[in-house]
Amino acid sequence: MRVEKASTAIRCALPIYSSAVSAGFPSPAEDYLENKLDLNEHLIHHPSATFMVRATGDSMTGVGIFSGDILIVDRSIQAKHGSIIIAVINAELTVKRLYRRKGVIRLEAANPAYPSLNVSDDMELWCWGVVTAAIHQYGGAALSRSFNDS
Amino acid sequence: MPLYALVDCNNFYVSCERLFDPKLEGKPVIVLSNNDGCAVSRSAEAKALGIKMGIPLFKIKDLVKSEKVVVRSSNYALYGDISARVEDVLSQFSPRIENYSIDESFLDLSDLPPETDLHDFGTQMRTTVLQWIGIPTCVGMGSTKTLAKLANHIAKTTPSMGGVCHMTAERADDLFANIDVGEVWGIGNASVKQLKSIGVHTVLDLKRLDLKIARKLLTVTGERIVQELNAIACSALELEAKPKQATAVTRSFGKAILHYHDMQEAISFYAARAGEKLRKSKQECCHLTVFIRTNVFNDDPKYSASNSIRLPIPTNDSRVLMDYAMPILKSIWRDGYRYAKAGILLNDLVDEGCGQGHLFHTPSAPKNSAVMHVMDRLNKQMGRGTVFQAAIGIKRDWSLRSNFHSPRYTSSWADLPKAKC
Repeated sequence: MRVEKASTAIRCALPIYSSAVSAGFPSPAEDYLENKLDLNEHLIHHPSATFMVRATGDSMTGVGIFSGDILIVDRSIQAKHGSIIIAVINAELTVKRLYRRKGVIRLEAANPAYPSLNVSDDMELWCWGVVTAAIHQYGGAALSRSFNDS
Repeated sequence: MPLYALVDCNNFYVSCERLFDPKLEGKPVIVLSNNDGCAVSRSAEAKALGIKMGIPLFKIKDLVKSEKVVVRSSNYALYGDISARVEDVLSQFSPRIENYSIDESFLDLSDLPPETDLHDFGTQMRTTVLQWIGIPTCVGMGSTKTLAKLANHIAKTTPSMGGVCHMTAERADDLFANIDVGEVWGIGNASVKQLKSIGVHTVLDLKRLDLKIARKLLTVTGERIVQELNAIACSALELEAKPKQATAVTRSFGKAILHYHDMQEAISFYAARAGEKLRKSKQECCHLTVFIRTNVFNDDPKYSASNSIRLPIPTNDSRVLMDYAMPILKSIWRDGYRYAKAGILLNDLVDEGCGQGHLFHTPSAPKNSAVMHVMDRLNKQMGRGTVFQAAIGIKRDWSLRSNFHSPRYTSSWADLPKAKC
């Protein structure tokens, strides 16, 4: 038995549009106002299994992950060939792309300057979660705020 | 047929610390109580070193050093977040769920189809919580909550069970014969002594105890426990949290307080916290108590005192609570002692706006409560302590020790776990 519980995520609502209403006439758009777009709903499908981590380093720039980006990690998703995953390597959370074909398992970097890691049978590969999105913010203000606000 | 499950997180605080810090895997780890006092959560490796539950840190200092035990202060922001996630995942398996404590949930599984393989079902709950949240658990099942709790104890202490135990009537007696009566939910140390004095040593002995004797010895609570052991359910799930009747903010100090001024700061700080708690639960209090005391464990001269006041109008305004707390503190303060602990207790809680009015006082104006709500919002959004009343001081030399605190991984942008690319 599986009962899906309604999401209780905090909503971050952005109106589709907003305009001042001129006095006297009702807004002609009022009837057309739809629901507000919610980034949480777009980015997070399993709130209780989703964690955010901060990327450091530039071995994954080929898939658009840059140092300082916030990664959305869903632990409820099964990793498969091509997934961007958080793997535990040398007891460290590490971002890699999973290669899994014909019995070969490899953790690949997405930057030619970095080597891939072959996972042999005697190695224990521990997949911490699957990265479903990277949030990259532009401008020095956003970056310095994220790093310095403690 | 009624069926309950108790899902209990294994050494929960340690498991939370390990989730974001894989280096702790396989190492002895302990988490300390508030103020870095005692070990309240221990990894299996720490238990194997003989570190007992609740032992003060200073008593195991040498062991911690020689065995490289990892020590953490308690990080309730993290544990609370992870606990809510675990409960959320479990609620997929049954919408009837009671969040019994920060690391235990009871589930009502009575509606499962009779052909369900319960061991598989329990295993599925465990693996889902482990994969989704990263927290190891054990599952106990039985036809009463008491049996589910005992089954959980067996699952936890018998590795061959694979973390899941379903207590059926056929196997119960064999298992019960080998478990000390003290393991039964609700049987405390005093009851254990009484029971052993009349020859009740194991859970099986208690199960077979005459109901009348159980009642005479342990009141109606004891009678219910015996019935629950015999698969007669006496307590259902508590699905909705009862509104609180009282709340308290009490802390030990990081270092002893000697001066009245410091104690004023501390009590003001607790009053502010207590007000915040009341506003969060949308309640007001009618009765306020302040207490202070010296250390009970060392050789300091002993003094402890408390005093109370009935408030003319129920309130949850931190400033009003501070105003009333100060004269109480003055009435109990004595110079010349080294104070180790103090606190504020709020009693007779009522729902916001439902309190009895007063002939000679007007309730605080809406403008006043607006100030409190703005403060609460700022502190919630920008971190606790962003804005505060000046009365609680800025340096707070007396504040809690928390020397081994891990980051607030899930509740602060600055503390997000880092992943290497």
